[in-house]
Amino acid sequence: MSNHSTGAVAAPAGRNYLNHPKGIMTWLITLDHKRIGVMYLFTVLLFFAVGGFFALGIRLELMKLGREILDANTYNRFFTYHGAIMVFLVIIPAIPAAMGNFVLPILLGAKDVAFPRLNLASYYIFIIGATFAVLSLFLRGADGGWTFYTPYSIRTNTTVILVLFGAFIAGFSSILTGLNFIVTIHKLRAPGLTWARLPLFCWAIYATSIIQVLATPVLAITLLLLCMERILHIGIFDPALGGDPVLFQHFFWFYSHPAVYIMILPAMGIISEVIPVFSRKPIFGYKAIAYSSFGIALIAFIVWGHHMFVSGQSELANFVFSLLTMFVAVPTGVKVFSWVATMYKGSIHYYAPMLYALGFLELFTIGGLTGVFLATLAIDVHLTNTYFVVAHFHYVMVGGTIMGMMAGLHYWFPKITGKMYSEKAATIAFWLILIGFNLTFFPQFILGAQGMPRRYWSYLPEFTDLNRLSSVGSWFIALGFLYVAYYVWDAMKHGKNAVANPWGGLTLEWQTSSPPPTENFLETPVVTAWPYEYLPENITMPVNQG
Amino acid sequence: MSDAGKALEHHHAHHFDSAEHEFEASKQGMWLFLVTEVLMFGGLFVAYGIFRGLYPGMFHEAHEMLNVQLGALNTVVLITSSLTMALAVNATQTGKRERALWCLGLTFILACCFLVVKYVEYTHKFHDGLLPGAFFTNTELKDPKAPLFFSLYFLMTGLHGIHVLLGMGVISWLLIRTKRREFSPEFYTPVELVGFYWHFVDLVWIYLFPLLYLVG
Repeated sequence: MSNHSTGAVAAPAGRNYLNHPKGIMTWLITLDHKRIGVMYLFTVLLFFAVGGFFALGIRLELMKLGREILDANTYNRFFTYHGAIMVFLVIIPAIPAAMGNFVLPILLGAKDVAFPRLNLASYYIFIIGATFAVLSLFLRGADGGWTFYTPYSIRTNTTVILVLFGAFIAGFSSILTGLNFIVTIHKLRAPGLTWARLPLFCWAIYATSIIQVLATPVLAITLLLLCMERILHIGIFDPALGGDPVLFQHFFWFYSHPAVYIMILPAMGIISEVIPVFSRKPIFGYKAIAYSSFGIALIAFIVWGHHMFVSGQSELANFVFSLLTMFVAVPTGVKVFSWVATMYKGSIHYYAPMLYALGFLELFTIGGLTGVFLATLAIDVHLTNTYFVVAHFHYVMVGGTIMGMMAGLHYWFPKITGKMYSEKAATIAFWLILIGFNLTFFPQFILGAQGMPRRYWSYLPEFTDLNRLSSVGSWFIALGFLYVAYYVWDAMKHGKNAVANPWGGLTLEWQTSSPPPTENFLETPVVTAWPYEYLPENITMPVNQG
Repeated sequence: MSDAGKALEHHHAHHFDSAEHEFEASKQGMWLFLVTEVLMFGGLFVAYGIFRGLYPGMFHEAHEMLNVQLGALNTVVLITSSLTMALAVNATQTGKRERALWCLGLTFILACCFLVVKYVEYTHKFHDGLLPGAFFTNTELKDPKAPLFFSLYFLMTGLHGIHVLLGMGVISWLLIRTKRREFSPEFYTPVELVGFYWHFVDLVWIYLFPLLYLVG
């Protein structure tokens, strides 16, 4: 591209990060951020399948009244594992650790992240944490939900402590990744890559990393205290020993609410990259999108009390948290309007990444708006712990983060694998997932508004029809993702080779070969322009012939 | 290129432009790491604040079981170790290797002293049944909430103690590397960063001492 002077030449003799050096051991001890990113990606997708299995179990059980396939105790374990695995082992690492690791240094024109050894250590810390959590599956399981509320989590006779300890360890992986990325963005930008030219994905990852670094240590100490509570009965969270179980909720949500933005901000970063490329138009409101990420990160830390409106907080605290929570809608709205304005009068190409970005816009907007309902005190008191809440956060986490992750996976698939996927197959899978998602979760808004509580093993007879609809929807989602797994595998085996820049993108990752050489660029790129300047001469888009 | 220049090249990784560049990045990384440490200890300090607010009388009564003299001694020990650490960094920066070895050695020994005093204190508490939560068997303290104070005491000083232990680990690593002449006025990043860490550990104790020993 005319905007960059880069070493856009193929590496010598087709040598790239995937095939050189060879052998499984070179992967396991690699310091290359791209390989570490790919290892994260595989691990995260594996856990996505496991978490999805538990979700299907939950929905199958709720097909009809009373017992279908699971007894009540097994059902409790199912929703606990579904939540804990999806949150700690999938959604939190999915975009920053997997895709961020792969793309961020390339977007910056760097050879690697600032601390490559720390990066590899983060991966193995994550694996150790995950191993503890999975180990509990084979012992006495874990129940009580992914939030581990006290005092139940102190009293239950399941092996919940292993899940707690696993999440504690995995948290350090998240902290170190965030730390690594902040330093990388500060110190390793290519010559000419000023802050004002930084791709929006980097801004989003920066804001995410700040939350990871500031919030995760609080989760670490909270989970450690809860482990101590179970081993030594220290009494901090145990009312029988003078402790305060609500303190646990404060601690937990002080992390876990910002964690919601650890999940969504990177997805927003991907959407900000995909929409201008597939609309062939410069991004609208670059600065507004960049700054609003920090707005969200800041507000993230002062809204945790909205999870505790009925936990016995003072009315004043409830009122303040309610008001502050509504402020989240402002920077979020800034982003949504900027994306829509980018598409306005653009030349929109409905390739899979763009389809997922549009899916994101639809689902995330519903999820975000229902978040404002839930922030409203009078409504929340009625809706607390109902399926309305379940539907809301699935619209945000799945409709937001997973849609963003899928957009990113398709967008960067040619770069990561060097192959093209089948656009037709991807379109079919997208519609299966989108329709399945709405079938599954939209009825849950209605169920919740009618008063069906979450986490119950059974329900009143009048809720049967909507629950059936929801369960049928979950099969569509499963089918969609299985199809994705199939065509991705097929593309890696038989797909056409990808060119360096299949989408006509202007950011740096498209200026190197697909897949990139180990050192990313044969010579350090020099950035001379903003990466969203889609000019008339590059307005036509290369066709995906996958 | 001069000899010093060659030594420099030896030390910076391929993705940095220069040793200076790498040093700046490492320093920023360390500061961020210390921020995460502050937030982790922060959780415990918040718990302390809340329970002290709830049960001020119990805190007053329970804190009298702690040994202020030993606590004060440990404060002096740690502050002195911070001084020797700072001197070690300075000696490395100015290329005085012998002096750096002495200062690092002293820091290590002072850290040992701190843990020995802590050991004496802990043994005494165990003996008196002043243990966290459900293991509390002391009959002297009448307040039924008193075990909570000792939960906090052991958690806060315990987590701090683990940090001292880790600090001793990295200081001995510095000793070995200094002995092998791996540091020079051009490259002393590890010494400087361990210095940051050690001052942080010292700082945590400076808060712990008044909050736990001097509540009354």
